[in-house]
Amino acid sequence: MKTIQSVIKISYMYCKILITASTLIGFLLVSSNAFAQHPDRSKLPELPLPSPLNLPEVQKFELSNGLKVFLMEKHDVPLVQMNLIIKAGIVNDPGDKSGLASLTLDMMDEGAGDKDALQLADAIDFLGARISTNAGYHASRISLFTPYSKLNDALKLFAEIALHPTFPEKELARLKKERLTTLMQWHDEPNAIASVMFNKVLYGDDHPYGRPSLGNENSIKELSIDDLKKFHSGYFKPNNAYLIVVGSVKQSEVKQKLEKEFSKWKRAEVKQAKLTNARQVTDRVIYLVDKPGAAQSVISIGRIGVKRLTDDYNSIIVMNTILGGSFSSRLNQNLREQHGYTYGARSSFAFRDEAGPFSAGASVQTDVTDKALVEFFNELNAIRLPISAEELGKAKNYVALGYPENFQTISRIAIQLEEMLQYSLPENYFNNYMNDVLSVNAEQVHAAADKYIQPVQVAIIIVGDRQKIEQGVKDLNLGELKFYTIEDVLGKVPELTAE
Amino acid sequence: MKHLLISFLLFTAYSLAQDVQLKVPYERHVLPNGLNVILHQDKTTPTISINMWYHVGSGYEKPGRTGFAHLFEHLMFEGSGNVPEGKFDEWLEAAGGDNNGSTNTDRTNYWENVPSNALELALFLDSDRLGYLLDAMSPEKVDGQRDVVKNERRQSYENRPYGLAWETISKNLYPEGHPHSWTTIGSMDDLSAASYEDVVEFFKKYYVPNNASLSIAGDIEIDQTIELVEKWFREIPKGEPLPPINPAAAKLSEDKILLLEDKVQLPRLYMVWITPPQFHPGDAEMDLLANILTGGKNSRLYNRLVYELQIAQDVNAFQSSAKLSSEFYIIATARSGHTLDELKAVIQEEIDKLKMSPPTERELQRAVNQYEAGFLSRLENIGGFGGKADLLNSYFYYTGNPDYFNEDLARYKAVDVEDIRAMAQTYLVDDGRVILSIVPQGKPELAVSRKGDK
Repeated sequence: MKTIQSVIKISYMYCKILITASTLIGFLLVSSNAFAQHPDRSKLPELPLPSPLNLPEVQKFELSNGLKVFLMEKHDVPLVQMNLIIKAGIVNDPGDKSGLASLTLDMMDEGAGDKDALQLADAIDFLGARISTNAGYHASRISLFTPYSKLNDALKLFAEIALHPTFPEKELARLKKERLTTLMQWHDEPNAIASVMFNKVLYGDDHPYGRPSLGNENSIKELSIDDLKKFHSGYFKPNNAYLIVVGSVKQSEVKQKLEKEFSKWKRAEVKQAKLTNARQVTDRVIYLVDKPGAAQSVISIGRIGVKRLTDDYNSIIVMNTILGGSFSSRLNQNLREQHGYTYGARSSFAFRDEAGPFSAGASVQTDVTDKALVEFFNELNAIRLPISAEELGKAKNYVALGYPENFQTISRIAIQLEEMLQYSLPENYFNNYMNDVLSVNAEQVHAAADKYIQPVQVAIIIVGDRQKIEQGVKDLNLGELKFYTIEDVLGKVPELTAE
Repeated sequence: MKHLLISFLLFTAYSLAQDVQLKVPYERHVLPNGLNVILHQDKTTPTISINMWYHVGSGYEKPGRTGFAHLFEHLMFEGSGNVPEGKFDEWLEAAGGDNNGSTNTDRTNYWENVPSNALELALFLDSDRLGYLLDAMSPEKVDGQRDVVKNERRQSYENRPYGLAWETISKNLYPEGHPHSWTTIGSMDDLSAASYEDVVEFFKKYYVPNNASLSIAGDIEIDQTIELVEKWFREIPKGEPLPPINPAAAKLSEDKILLLEDKVQLPRLYMVWITPPQFHPGDAEMDLLANILTGGKNSRLYNRLVYELQIAQDVNAFQSSAKLSSEFYIIATARSGHTLDELKAVIQEEIDKLKMSPPTERELQRAVNQYEAGFLSRLENIGGFGGKADLLNSYFYYTGNPDYFNEDLARYKAVDVEDIRAMAQTYLVDDGRVILSIVPQGKPELAVSRKGDK
């Protein structure tokens, strides 16, 4: 494969037509001599103006208990997606109960209403539906994907799981074992090790962004059914939730179905968690985690970025696209195409309620670890210099014109709506987005780079074969070099008693 | 509702839950140079996917050149006669497009997902690399992508736990020289040996219009699109006809019990059989059998190993289908304190049960229903890997009929419980499979023991 298909959650928004790069303007003429022997390959075909994305409107209504519902009808394939969003997640884990949100969500389909775990799974699978549960940092999601023809039955199961999970003791014991084994397997995975270390260094153990969302060995072992029930009963309230519906269903029909399944869900007061402030990285330290024999070094360089709701959001998106957000970005061109050090290099900002990390990274072959670091810093420095109009135009077009791709499937549309709702983006936000991105100017991109890319104030995580890379890395004099073992990062391999 | 035709057909049909009729209307044209063109209109979003299949994959590689078809795939993005190096990606991105490609044993595919106004740009780029790749090829470009591909191998195989399982399995499952006996990523030595001359020879032989099919799906006008395809592709000369590769059907008539040590915490077991080729009788049955074994909490192996006994962290079965032959995999990871012999005993027991008596009607129907819903979700994406453009090309290559969606689904719906038992008996044999154990270093005692060792 040319590049890995990763799920890159860049938060583009909907946009209407407009195009700036002059090479892309013009009208296509299908001339009568289109069958001429040889087409003119000396210049690029002229492109007509892009078509607008005509999304159906987002319909809003409330159920009798106040649950807000947001519906986008899409009738081309008879499928329905529903995402129930609860405004509580990993950040609501008490400090000594890390892993609570994620374990609670994992447990919700392990028994609900009058069905045990196996009966529930059988019922869902038999419909050909999928119900999944997931805890994010600030919100949790229960989602349903079902053929329209099975909607009634699927919706019943979906509501049972959301409202009436039974949290059986036996299933909790099983999932704990599974989770502890996952922690054990992280010791094998250089990417997992790098990611745990990166978050820990940036945010520390006291901040939920700094801890593994699955929890740690101790917290997982300690979590009880009571904890899970409290989390569920404390946050799963219609006034602390909203429901997104996308697919081949009409408002009148779905409203009545939802009323039937969700209207008995009672409102109650919900207490929200407060986050401690994380301390920004103020110097440059290299954290080298030894993985003897590793064929590559996993490099992750970064610092704390910025909240989703920031005025320069679009400038940051464009700036990061140039730096490491697309195939032809500078990092990938440099480290992969020019130097062949890696299969791919990238950078990203994690946009959350609070400032998530900015990171730049790649897996590079062991013997060029130092050289790759030099190129990373060349690019982190260069992005702070003025950017050519051509490069800027390319990045803006890539973000803006590629946007309609996000609206092909009901599950992706639901994710777009989710972002809009989670951050209370204005109603005209989607319609203005493309113009907003295309109107970002060089100065703003420059300002974003200047503000958020600080090459001397970053944490550098390297997971690789210390013996082979230490000297080279040291000789670069990038900053203090600290050494770690995998156990320093992940703790001892969890103890699991076999029965 | 914009694309009335499809919506109407699908919606009315599926409202009768048990009688889904899938239809993806297409038009097919063959250019004088042999290029097959398949067009499908879907105006849900103003986007188009251009999808090209070259009917060559790693199965066509010469001895000593494993990994070459995939290395070649990488070179297709490095510019061509009228597209300077780097511009393929830059120009597409400047139009809001994305692209990628992939290689397997049978074929190499390439796609560009673009806003609908950029159709002609994508056709220009795709036709230029088919017509004029060698005008811009150089030994330096080969070296550059060789380094990238070696890093792909390191990242996806060598530096990944259990990553070297695949080449061990391929080598042992098939006789030497069989097109499936090596992996698509290839060996480091062979990647080192690949030369500029190999690129020229491979391109001239396989990258010809008569060995390719171009599928375009999305927000297109059919007539206008045909004209544009003619404009950009018609001039490219036809190549020599290519006879299909046709090795003797592979059969493994002994159990190969293999052991690898790796830097891993837990031992993992792989059991692999040779099974019927894609779309041949038995292929859909093996898909369903895989679901009955490991699809969901009530599936037989998941239920016993992971849910009840809790001696495995995971278990997965799947049929990996291909043109010459398919492979059926069962892969399970033991929990701490458990051996692969324990896992294998349970797996064997469950396979034997299925050979003795068929699955229940509900088990089978549950599996079929999941496939049915899966077919619907395939109709949502037009582009990328597995989108409609890609599927039209795939069905065309394997069956000759681009709109094989309904026939494909019908294969699953036609299976009955006795078919499942028959297939388990025929293919999941006890004396013709690869059994690979990957264990933590220094712990061979966790592996599956050879007969008589115990």
